[in-house]
Amino acid sequence: MRQLIIIGSGPAGYTAAVYAARADLKPLMFSGEVAGGQLMNTRVVENWPGTKEGVMGSELMMEMREQAKKFGAEIIDKKVNKVDLEGKVKKIWAGKEVFESRAVIVATGAESIMLGVSGEKEFLGRGVATCAVCDAPFYREKTVYVIGGGDAAAEDALTLTKYAKEIFLVHRRDQLRASKIMAKRVQENPKVKILWNTELKEIIGKEKVEKIRIMNNQTGKEEEMVTDGVFMAIGHKPATEIFKDQLELNEKGYIKTKMSYPGVTTTSVKGVFAAGDVVDWHYQQAVTAAGMGCQAALDAERYLEDKNE
Amino acid sequence: MALMFTDQDFEEKVLKSQKPVMVDFYAERCGPCKAAAPVIEELAEAYKEKMVIGKLDVDQNQTMAGKYGVMSIPTVILFKDAKEADRMTGFAGKEGYEKLIKKVLGEE
Repeated sequence: MRQLIIIGSGPAGYTAAVYAARADLKPLMFSGEVAGGQLMNTRVVENWPGTKEGVMGSELMMEMREQAKKFGAEIIDKKVNKVDLEGKVKKIWAGKEVFESRAVIVATGAESIMLGVSGEKEFLGRGVATCAVCDAPFYREKTVYVIGGGDAAAEDALTLTKYAKEIFLVHRRDQLRASKIMAKRVQENPKVKILWNTELKEIIGKEKVEKIRIMNNQTGKEEEMVTDGVFMAIGHKPATEIFKDQLELNEKGYIKTKMSYPGVTTTSVKGVFAAGDVVDWHYQQAVTAAGMGCQAALDAERYLEDKNE
Repeated sequence: MALMFTDQDFEEKVLKSQKPVMVDFYAERCGPCKAAAPVIEELAEAYKEKMVIGKLDVDQNQTMAGKYGVMSIPTVILFKDAKEADRMTGFAGKEGYEKLIKKVLGEE
């Protein structure tokens, strides 16, 4: 039987894999169908220590993957669809195939939330977009709307300033949640206009997006705006669907961990550890995720050293 | 090896092809496209007898991306007899692409 299975391939998962592989635990990682996590959709990461000029999100993740492989981590590009974590033998299903291990690290991260408004799904790829780095150049000299007020929305708006004619940032509050440096850049950019206290209600079009309907949540006033594109960046939710009957979650669906020494990353089930955005409802940074991934690998190593477990 | 298509040779290599063709519209800057790249290569090898599989860089070849209304990448479009048979936006993994391929080959 394997010692350790890691589920997820963001900074937490890869860091856990590097540490576990170096500890000779021969970890098996399920990276999901789309490996690399949220940073794969990011342009330049400016706050990863040791990269003064910044680093492309996708390049950073590819490097981490190669680093984990170099030390002997095995990676399968499949999504885990079912788990059975009770007892000493953990069972992990990828499709119909089942894998067993003594310990598991959950690092499945978070996935983008969609608003659920009319037109959102229908026009995905036809004016509705979720990755500004990927799709911004299709909106040269066009008018676009970015929905959200956090770092992701700020980054999307700034990415779009290189191409689009004008960018409206639609935010339901009266101040941005984004970090100060990002908020400042957005507010100082002449191409970006922020629509405060405003919510997206509907996306309208025939073949592709033509208009959106927005509402000011203070006055209740609704307006239809002509646009070519809508970039969704409202936030994320933890990817814990397959764990909800297995591990203790908090009220927002994040995995609960011990959060105290020793064994910070210990979950409600023995031999199962969790790290990164699937746990962290507060900091949600690449570095904090990586740090937790390291802790999870060390916690798992300690657990595995105990022959009785 | 996945072929590389351009605005110039698109008609010759894609629209006039005897076999069905799958085109991966991508760009270097796009993370999900990078994740998709090894899968596209793998599929190109696995289906080389039945199908042509290749890539088109949308930054270098804006005419074709525009003509087929590609507004998000990665997008794959499958062509059969010079017509669009199916398309998928976003990287859906090997299984997602194989479903499309089998559908266009009538192997479902």
